[in-house]
Amino acid sequence: MSKFVPQPDLPAPITNVGVIGWLRNNLFPSPLDTAMTLAALYFLYLYVPPLFDWAIFSADWFGDSRDACTSGGACWVFVSVRFKQFMVGLYPDAEVWRVSTAAVLFVALMIPMFIKGFKHKAWLGAFILFGFPFIAFILFSGGSFGLELVETNMWGGLFLTLVLSFVGIVAALPLGILLALGRRSSMPIVKSVCVVFIEFWRGVPLITVLFMSSVMLPLFLPEGMNFDKLLRAMIGIVLFQSAYMAEVVRSGLQAIPKGQYEAAKALGLSYWQSMGLIILPQALKLVIPGIVNTFIALFKDTTLVLIIGLFDLLSMIQSASQDAKWLGFEIEGYVFAALIFWVFCFGMSRYSMSLERKLETSHARN
Amino acid sequence: MSEENANKANLEVSDKVMIELKDVHKWYGEFHVLKNIDLTVRKGERIVICGPSGSGKSTLIRCLNRLEEHQRGQIIIDGTELTDDVKHIDAIRSEVGMVFQHFNLFPHLTVLENCCLAPIWVRKMPRREAEDAAMEYLEKVKIPEQAKKYPGQLSGGQQQRVAIARSLCMNPNIMLFDEPTSALDPEMIKEVLDTMISLAETGMTMICVTHEMGFAKTVANRVIFMDGGEIIEQNEPDEFFNNPQSDRTKLFLSQILQN
Repeated sequence: MSKFVPQPDLPAPITNVGVIGWLRNNLFPSPLDTAMTLAALYFLYLYVPPLFDWAIFSADWFGDSRDACTSGGACWVFVSVRFKQFMVGLYPDAEVWRVSTAAVLFVALMIPMFIKGFKHKAWLGAFILFGFPFIAFILFSGGSFGLELVETNMWGGLFLTLVLSFVGIVAALPLGILLALGRRSSMPIVKSVCVVFIEFWRGVPLITVLFMSSVMLPLFLPEGMNFDKLLRAMIGIVLFQSAYMAEVVRSGLQAIPKGQYEAAKALGLSYWQSMGLIILPQALKLVIPGIVNTFIALFKDTTLVLIIGLFDLLSMIQSASQDAKWLGFEIEGYVFAALIFWVFCFGMSRYSMSLERKLETSHARN
Repeated sequence: MSEENANKANLEVSDKVMIELKDVHKWYGEFHVLKNIDLTVRKGERIVICGPSGSGKSTLIRCLNRLEEHQRGQIIIDGTELTDDVKHIDAIRSEVGMVFQHFNLFPHLTVLENCCLAPIWVRKMPRREAEDAAMEYLEKVKIPEQAKKYPGQLSGGQQQRVAIARSLCMNPNIMLFDEPTSALDPEMIKEVLDTMISLAETGMTMICVTHEMGFAKTVANRVIFMDGGEIIEQNEPDEFFNNPQSDRTKLFLSQILQN
């Protein structure tokens, strides 16, 4: 009997690999694709250079009034003059360092979370979620530790947007998880409470929720009992988004094979142990895209607080562009807002993708 | 054959009753899936349950750790009756190991973490101790070198052996096997059966739902045949295969032994 000798591997054809292969496969695989590639290139040629010209090359960058804007390009002077208001709203100038300190602290805390091999991520993460908000709150609102009190109606700009989003994200996820578990519970009362809660909050528009929280709620509260408008808006946003989050999480729970629940039970794990150790880690991993989707939606939805008189980044820009000294520069303002929102949303999106890759452990599901 | 008999002779069955079922009935909605099941299993017994699909054999062993609920009759495991009492259920589940057809390993945890999880969280064992014990069992099922891998990186046979090790880590008194080799490629069946055989040699009380008649002949001290939710016949393997009493058993045996 002859011994089996495998044939040697031959190199792949040049048209399949490398730059040429890539071009052939991605840009010119068929006449239709070729036509679309050429059309796309033409449109890029038509619109990209003028855009860059407007935004960068013939833009005005320096100065302190509209008189500096003469070249016909974008007038970024508008943004730089109003920059402080766009960032922190009406927060007193002398106290802005408190916001900056919290921001620096937050970034400093986040950096180790991205370092591979950092040992105490769980503790640090818990601190960012539960400890940091208290420090930030004391810094922001003051009134203790010798810090001057800054009322929340002075909070504004990107700072307010981030506060609303952070609170919304940190509170809506756990609440959503509990609601999702409740909705799948076999206990009829728990289940119906969760179903009613979720369906109610999903059924009303966020604008209505915010409006109710700021205008209607005080009418129902007893005289003299009036809590902060920002807090009311936050609660509204959290309850609203947690209903969406619950459905995202529930879709993940339903995707986990029944065998996982059974194996956990058969080992004697209690309900909360099997949820916390077996089911949720897998379910949440599956729905990272959906969770981040909700986070991004939440982040952008915070701009709706404009209608109840809170001045987040977008409303700050809007009111600045109505200033008589700067009429006609809305576009620069909105482009700036778009850029900021895009940077944050894109960051969240990339982070979620890297998280998905990092948590990928199964090559085949069982 | 003589070697097999010698093996079996070493496996003492004690008088202590581990599992007792009295007049157990179960319905899925209107469907009467278990009918009048009476069964006593003593410590150290190796029982094989066979029968056509839909005969209720999986349901029966899933009732033993209450993955399914029975509606009538009594199930007593090691002196504790299975009722709605959650404490009893959790206690029984931690004493009864179960191996599933589709392994049901936790894909987000490594092999070692799969094995340590229940000892740490249910038995409150220190992590170090649990890991040492887990490594011992992984050596017994002959895959200690895979401890750091994830289940998705292992073959079916390896996964099933991890599943067996995972159950053993809880130090169970009883092991239930629900068609442990049915989802495996033919060449992997043997490695799992070998593991089960060596487990039987340690004197473990085992109940296996399986179609592996060779395993039944080698290891079992009793074979139970079920059909239509009832126990039709039970006997020692030699008698069961060579001298079946009921026509239904004869038909079943002729069908599976033809292949």
